[in-house]
Amino acid sequence: MIDLLQYTFMQRAFVMATVTGSLCALVGIYVILRSMSFIGAGIAHASFGGVALGLLTGINPFFTAVVFCTGTAWAIGAVSESARIREDTAVGIFFASTMAFGVLLIGFMQGYNTDLFGYIFGNILAVTSFDVWIGVVLAVIVVATIIFFFKEFLFITFDSEMARVTGLPVRLLNYLMLTLIALTIVISIKAVGIVLVSALIVTPAAAAQQLTRNFRHMLLIAVSLGIAASWIGLILSALFDIPSGATIVLTATVIFFLCSVLSPHRRHKHIQRERLEHEVIESKEKRDE
Amino acid sequence: MPTEQSYIIEAEHIYAAYQDNLALEDVSFNIRKGEFWGILGPNGSGKTTLLKVILGLMKPLSGTVRVWGQTPGQLGSKRDRIGYVPQHATIDLSFPISVYDVVMLGRSRMIGLGKRPGKEDKEAVQEALKRVELSKAANRQIGQLSGGQRQRVMIARSLVTFPEILILDEPTAALDVNATQSFYEWLHKMHHNMNLTMIVVSHDVGVISRHVDTVACLNRRLVAHGIPNEVMGKETLEEMYGCDAIFFRHGEVPHMVVSTGGMPEKKND
Repeated sequence: MIDLLQYTFMQRAFVMATVTGSLCALVGIYVILRSMSFIGAGIAHASFGGVALGLLTGINPFFTAVVFCTGTAWAIGAVSESARIREDTAVGIFFASTMAFGVLLIGFMQGYNTDLFGYIFGNILAVTSFDVWIGVVLAVIVVATIIFFFKEFLFITFDSEMARVTGLPVRLLNYLMLTLIALTIVISIKAVGIVLVSALIVTPAAAAQQLTRNFRHMLLIAVSLGIAASWIGLILSALFDIPSGATIVLTATVIFFLCSVLSPHRRHKHIQRERLEHEVIESKEKRDE
Repeated sequence: MPTEQSYIIEAEHIYAAYQDNLALEDVSFNIRKGEFWGILGPNGSGKTTLLKVILGLMKPLSGTVRVWGQTPGQLGSKRDRIGYVPQHATIDLSFPISVYDVVMLGRSRMIGLGKRPGKEDKEAVQEALKRVELSKAANRQIGQLSGGQRQRVMIARSLVTFPEILILDEPTAALDVNATQSFYEWLHKMHHNMNLTMIVVSHDVGVISRHVDTVACLNRRLVAHGIPNEVMGKETLEEMYGCDAIFFRHGEVPHMVVSTGGMPEKKND
């Protein structure tokens, strides 16, 4: 294991695992609490169009994906603002059309492109130093923005209608949050892949929700679980030479199930259920007497 | 004019639409400082629309609303002196947020974008929690409270900016009969202690009219308004609900209204 860390590609992979694991979990808290999981998946799939455009034109797919994802995120936001189209409908439309656009572009490419496979399913062992650097810089920007607008994001997540009434710029904050989700996805697709990134956003946050009812604790737990899943997944994939993105996501899933079994909410419910059953038994005994 | 200055809210000939329907038609009234108003009316009678017009969240098609002599657009930071408790049927009870944090959210605009709450803000939250008698529950998660307690948290969130006017939209919609009763008793007490001007919207004719100074009966138009036992006659209720009604009287004000579909009947205790 220690030997592995001597390789530069492995060091890069660990930095990348830390960045994606923590960032996805952090953004994921807001995604699950605002019931935006489908939006996350939609934006992630939109990056396919962006990546394909980059590969076709020779521009670094990172930049085309940033433009594509952010654009799609804003478009979903704009369409769902109109009362005529529901948010999930808007996601459904963009989800498929941006994928279709990507497939069409790939059709124009000569031969099969192995890079594309890496983007779709992720290969954390193949990240370049460019990926790591840009990832770290953007991650710092995303985290700083969330810290800066901490109470505003909490307000629009908990009660967006009241936030609007109070006079907060809710629309602007919504678009800002969509942008942060888009950036997080683009940073992470190299490591876990277009298809799998939305799982890394949702799962650690959902696992943390099983363990606490305190928002700040939930943030800390989600980030820790996200990093843990990424590290464990990375180590397993390196040791057994198995696909990294899938291993990371499955590790996160196992963690989620462990957390839901250990959940105090679940125990609490169980205790309440037992109390009720006792009451029923006592009442029946009284009746029989 | 001195008489007009004593009014804190003045509504003149308000017409307003909700979606494609005319929700308010020629509604005028004046509210004095310190009064406790109950706005009554069936569902869809324009109650919430009226509140939104007063708050400046909705523009009337015609007519003007003035609060402290100013239109909602001119209010600026004075807007913080109007507390609003919206209808809250769909709050996520599993949301990981404490009572304290919910109340602190009410001060967001005063604290300012991207700034952290200071000592003054923390004291305001403590004070608001004390007012609604929930200081001990500050650290509890919002879902662990009863419906009545949760409604008081929402009121604390509006009190945290120290408003002079408090507007509540169907505050007891999610409460059972007993909880509704004790909630209004508590609200009545709070109105007296804090010298607030208060407007409560409800479709619950019975309970509310025993606790407010003035009722306004709304069914798109203002059917009647005045002191509860003068206003709440059979004719008003019929006009407001558009049907015949039985109502029981306990003392001075009607206690319960039951529509009977064309069987006029009246009982007195």
